[in-house]
Amino acid sequence: MKKLSARRRHPLAAVVVLLFALAATGGLYTAFAPASKAKADDTAQSLAIEEGKKLYLVGCASCHGTGGEGTTDGPTLVGVGAAAVDFQVGTGRMPAQQPGAQVPRKKVKYNQAEIDQMAAYIASLGAGPAVPTKNQYNPAGADAAVGGELFRNNCAQCHNFTGKGGALTYGKYAPGLEGVSNKHLYEAMQTGPQNMPSFPDSVLSEQNKKDIIAYLNEVNGPETTTPGGMELGGLGPVVEGLFAWIFGMGSLIVIAIWVAARTAKAKKS
Amino acid sequence: MSTSANTNPSAADAAGRSRGKAPAGEKFADWADGRLGIYSLAKANMRKIFPDHWSFMLGEVCMYSFIIIILTGVYLTLFFHPSMNEVVYHGSYVPLQGQLMSEAFSSTLDISFDVRGGLLIRQIHHWAALIFVAGMFVHMMRVFFTGAFRKPREVNWLFGFLLLVLGMFTGFTGYSLPDDLLSGTGVRFTQGAILSVPVIGTYISFFLFGGEFPGHDFVARFYSIHILLLPGIMLGLMVAHLILVFYHKHTQFAGPGKTNNNVVGMPLMPVYMAKAGGFFFLVFGVIAAIAAIVEINAVWVIGPYRPDMVSTGAQPDWYMGFAEGLIRFFPGWEINFWGHTLVLGVFIPLVLFGVVLAAIALYPFIEAWITGDKREHHILDRPRNAPTRTAFGVAWITMYLITLVGGGNDLWATHFHLSINAVTWFVRIGFFLGPIVAFVVTKRICLGLQRRDKEKVLHGRETGIIKRLPHGEFIEVHEPLSQEQLYTLTAHHQYELAEIGPTVDENGVERKVGVTQKLRAKLSNAYYGEDSQVQKPTVEEYKEITSGHGHH
Repeated sequence: MKKLSARRRHPLAAVVVLLFALAATGGLYTAFAPASKAKADDTAQSLAIEEGKKLYLVGCASCHGTGGEGTTDGPTLVGVGAAAVDFQVGTGRMPAQQPGAQVPRKKVKYNQAEIDQMAAYIASLGAGPAVPTKNQYNPAGADAAVGGELFRNNCAQCHNFTGKGGALTYGKYAPGLEGVSNKHLYEAMQTGPQNMPSFPDSVLSEQNKKDIIAYLNEVNGPETTTPGGMELGGLGPVVEGLFAWIFGMGSLIVIAIWVAARTAKAKKS
Repeated sequence: MSTSANTNPSAADAAGRSRGKAPAGEKFADWADGRLGIYSLAKANMRKIFPDHWSFMLGEVCMYSFIIIILTGVYLTLFFHPSMNEVVYHGSYVPLQGQLMSEAFSSTLDISFDVRGGLLIRQIHHWAALIFVAGMFVHMMRVFFTGAFRKPREVNWLFGFLLLVLGMFTGFTGYSLPDDLLSGTGVRFTQGAILSVPVIGTYISFFLFGGEFPGHDFVARFYSIHILLLPGIMLGLMVAHLILVFYHKHTQFAGPGKTNNNVVGMPLMPVYMAKAGGFFFLVFGVIAAIAAIVEINAVWVIGPYRPDMVSTGAQPDWYMGFAEGLIRFFPGWEINFWGHTLVLGVFIPLVLFGVVLAAIALYPFIEAWITGDKREHHILDRPRNAPTRTAFGVAWITMYLITLVGGGNDLWATHFHLSINAVTWFVRIGFFLGPIVAFVVTKRICLGLQRRDKEKVLHGRETGIIKRLPHGEFIEVHEPLSQEQLYTLTAHHQYELAEIGPTVDENGVERKVGVTQKLRAKLSNAYYGEDSQVQKPTVEEYKEITSGHGHH
């Protein structure tokens, strides 16, 4: 101690003390500083959110705002959940081509990986329904008859008996459900896109949704058979009437003309 | 070989026959004639003459499709259960397994999937019904536009009109029988229309449905109406319609040798027997082919009716479509007073429904009143020679078509990417404006065609051959018409105006002229005034042009 004490007035003493103090402060900082950012950096989820945000800023932010807060051109996306993104972008509705009564289904612009990234970003903004797993929407073993009853009770008002679609006010419409994948059917029911009301699990349980999907596959899917022949679009009496007039009455008139033209002539002229 | 044997076998045969061994056919004919008197009936009618024109076969289309409907309908009654008892379905259509439904619906499913030939017969029945009503429509248009409803055929026109209206309601009660969600919505629609009738509406509804809608009775009641009451009346009317056609004899188009007192054509036996018989099979064939190829009213995907369910895209069969349209385009007006509601938004369309139909029934009488014509008419008008009548007909059809658009406004909206509100407004405006435009345009076209006929009579047919005259002028060569063509083009009668006469008598005192008389004079002017018909060429005009310096 004497030695130290003796050198306390040494010209370098202050430097040494400073070095010690710096080392202590730095050491304490590294020991106690919050380390979350560094810890999460390498997980897939945060990478997806990062990438999703980039895609979002390019493709969606002009209408939905840079933070998903919504603008006059598009609603807020906070809390819509990954399922909504997967449906809207996965069916090509988003990104929208132009504002209008309703955004139509069109060619899908992103691949599934990109859609998942955007969905992850939107999900990170606020809690919402997640993308359903295959187990949730697979209609195998579901009851199509119950599904039909549920469909007629909850969906047919807008989507027609068999999901052929129908008109709503001022140019809005309930689209036809032909060729919509099981996953997208499930997501639509869960999230209620555009003018559609949503049917969360508290309204239509997971089993109910499966039943409805099973019914739609039965009556309006790729393997649907029409036992009576051509279904003429399945739109019912209007088309049937048109067909009866044009092809039924039309051909009968042509036949009448043909029969009348082929007559026994009293005098050949 | 004995010489006393019969040397002339044929003589022996003849002798044998005269002793009462007539051929079986003759014997049967004698037997039948002795009991039914068919000989004189057949003699009078077998050689009945019918004129030849394709449009005269439209009525046959109706008759044949009606017969097809009756035949297939009988088959369907064997398997259909007109009951609203609730049953659980266990038939072969999987997507309805275990569902609660009425016996009517479940038996319709059984007819479609489990009865041999059931689906085909059902589809023939339904397609034939659509074609039947369409056929009556076209047949009626033919009669209307050619003026075949004039004296002495007004009553037959009414018979035909009744057949059309009854056909519509038979169709309605028929497609309501399966008790599916689509037709149930239609029955509910009808019940709503009945309820809108002031005072008695509620009573009628309770009477018809045996209490609150839907009750447990309407399928059974509609069944009786559909298979017994209405077709029975229709069958009677159809027979009466045909008897009157025989009695009046068929009308014919003007032409040389065809007068108001004869019918030029072919005899019923054998020509028309063969033609009509063959035509029956052609009609049956066309309907059966359509029914085999194209599905109609697939009730299994529509599902059973439940009053708490409804689907979009719910329309009636086409012949009820204009009623649907009237309701859809009419604003939802209603008046509330002293605790009662008058639903004008439904009641006025219901009245219009009647007015639109009544217009068809009354037209012959209105026209007869305007013309004051008491003569019989067996020669048909060409539509152009009755411009105002033709224009009325086209205006009516235009209005009908526009209300049909209204009835399918949602399909127009979805398939042409339009706003359903815009379609409805188009129908609202078009309902009033469309017929007026159609009327004016049709009348113009008719007058134009009349002028062309006149031109053809006076100057001949344009040959398209251009001739150059020595002094350099180019003219088109007109070929004079034959005597027959001239006759055909000038055979129609043109009415004189119904004049009110001078408004003051010879003493200068004002004469009383009734309101109806004034109206009649006005209508007569609209029908046969200078602006409504082109005076057909007179003999003098024709002679002056053809005898003088020729045509050009």
